Amino acid sequence: MNKTPGTSGLILDEPLLWEKGKPGRHAMSIPSSDVPAAPMDESLLGAEVDFPDLSEVDVVRHYTRLSQWNFGVDTGMYPLGSCTMKYNPKINEKHAATPAFAAAHPMLGDTHIQGVLQIMYELQHFLAEITGLDAVSLQPAAGAHGELTGMLIFHKYHTSHNSRRSKILIPDTAHGTNPASAALCGYKAIPVKSNARGMLDKNDVAALMDEDTAGIMLTNPNTLGLFEQQIREIADIVHAKGGLVYGDGANMNAVLGVVDAKKCGIDVLHLNLHKTFSTPHGGGGPGAGPVCVTKDLEQFLPVPRAVKEGDTYRLMTDQSQSIGRVHGFHGNFGVLIRAYSYILSMGAKGLNMASQLAVLNANYIRAHLKDTFHLAYETPCMHECVFSDKNQHDYKVSTLDIAKRLIDYGFHPPTIYFPLVVPGAIMIEPTETECKDDLDQFIATMKRIAHEAEHQPELLHNAPSRCKVKRLDEVTAARCPCLIGTAQADD
Amino acid sequence: MKEIDELQLPEDLGYTDEHEWAKVTGDTIRIGVTDYAQDQLGDIVFVELPAVGDSFEKGDECGTLESVKAVSELYLPMSGEVVAVNTDLEDSPELLNQDPYTNWILEIKPANSDEYQELLSASAYLELLKG
Repeated sequence: MNKTPGTSGLILDEPLLWEKGKPGRHAMSIPSSDVPAAPMDESLLGAEVDFPDLSEVDVVRHYTRLSQWNFGVDTGMYPLGSCTMKYNPKINEKHAATPAFAAAHPMLGDTHIQGVLQIMYELQHFLAEITGLDAVSLQPAAGAHGELTGMLIFHKYHTSHNSRRSKILIPDTAHGTNPASAALCGYKAIPVKSNARGMLDKNDVAALMDEDTAGIMLTNPNTLGLFEQQIREIADIVHAKGGLVYGDGANMNAVLGVVDAKKCGIDVLHLNLHKTFSTPHGGGGPGAGPVCVTKDLEQFLPVPRAVKEGDTYRLMTDQSQSIGRVHGFHGNFGVLIRAYSYILSMGAKGLNMASQLAVLNANYIRAHLKDTFHLAYETPCMHECVFSDKNQHDYKVSTLDIAKRLIDYGFHPPTIYFPLVVPGAIMIEPTETECKDDLDQFIATMKRIAHEAEHQPELLHNAPSRCKVKRLDEVTAARCPCLIGTAQADD
Repeated sequence: MKEIDELQLPEDLGYTDEHEWAKVTGDTIRIGVTDYAQDQLGDIVFVELPAVGDSFEKGDECGTLESVKAVSELYLPMSGEVVAVNTDLEDSPELLNQDPYTNWILEIKPANSDEYQELLSASAYLELLKG
């Protein structure tokens, strides 16, 4: 096997900021205040904030070192299933950093930001064309926010039909956030079990769908990486009882230019720009979860939306049936412009090719590892494949151990213990941006780990052993979390 | 993780296919999770309990168990009203890993005592685990 990436080198230690500073240090000199002192309302005072005094170079070195301990798509393969951690092309960053966009103030009037609005307007159209749906809101800030927006649209739709419905069907292969989003909107989530092939069965949906059920929330391809083959029949069953179909588009990377969501019978679908459309992802930074709907539901979309009147663009807020606002100003515009840049650089053919290669890459891994790791379902997969630790049980090695050992070889672990329908799940999504050499190296590493599991299981139990932080005590971290930094923190 | 034959499955309990157990204690029923459930979940880090006085139907979700791996729902094996919850679990969720049978989760006054007869015996539950 070739030398594995990112597994050796200098790891610089770095103390907490509270252990670095000295009283009186500061980053810059600020002019002395020419505002006269005024008495402070005592009731507004709290305990003094414990911030260390630091110089600029203290802070820059601190965060640069922390960033070197981190792992991202710019450092290596990140096969985190259902998260589509594809490489984010740097041209997206170049466009987002253009001062005309980056420095535009959100309170500028429409006439001063025609370029911003044009990009929003065109992106709405691109996303409508990609999904086959008719109208788009760019406002939601993330996938789960899109789901909640979708559920609010469901509710508004039923209310407008003088119908009050209390339940929603959610398959056990849907994304984990779906039941939470539905519950936040006041719906009771009714689980639907997938069948022995990992798919939804239309008869199971028919048995549960009634006139107190607002609709179904499904993820297609589902979280087993399988395409729901009865999607159209299932949508018809739901529609026949007056319900709506929500499609979680988190796995859209498998089907760009292949599947038309509207023809599948989907009424509302969210996209994750930070997955499918190569905008930065994770670390708590902003994402974007645009919601796409059919013509009938357009009136309920959140405001504002970009519209074109003659040759000018404006942000439209006058939409009487709208569910209202779900975000301030223009949504996460910095994310929108990156997705717009990606779509234009790829073009329709390029996006379609990306999906084909994403599916090919996942099946390549699936085919090469199916004799080493237990495959949860035999069906050919879409953009991700799900294994389990069943073959390693005899060696007392678990999915967690396998995932941790991958870190020692310079790979980010896949998604583990999800979906819940597969005990000990190992969910691998390579994405299209990994080349064959990298996939081969990942496959060889997984085989080597399986061999270690059999012959030197302690290597897995003690993993990771080569990175800055070794095996974390996840139990204590969850039971007694330490959430604040302080000078008095016990080391 | 434990092998199937290493699991403790007391004979005097009724079991469900969702891996809860029920035990008759006078007029009330104590509910907990099985050795298999705690073993599969791994280290339990948080237990969300219902309120005393809440009523549930058989099979209703009445709480959640959170482990380092996942969050799982607790389903009530029999219909009834919650008369007590094991508040020790709020600060010491690990008790469920240490002894899932002594450490019950909640106690209900059953709405229909006959439902106990519908639960699985220890041997039937074991068969279910063997698949």
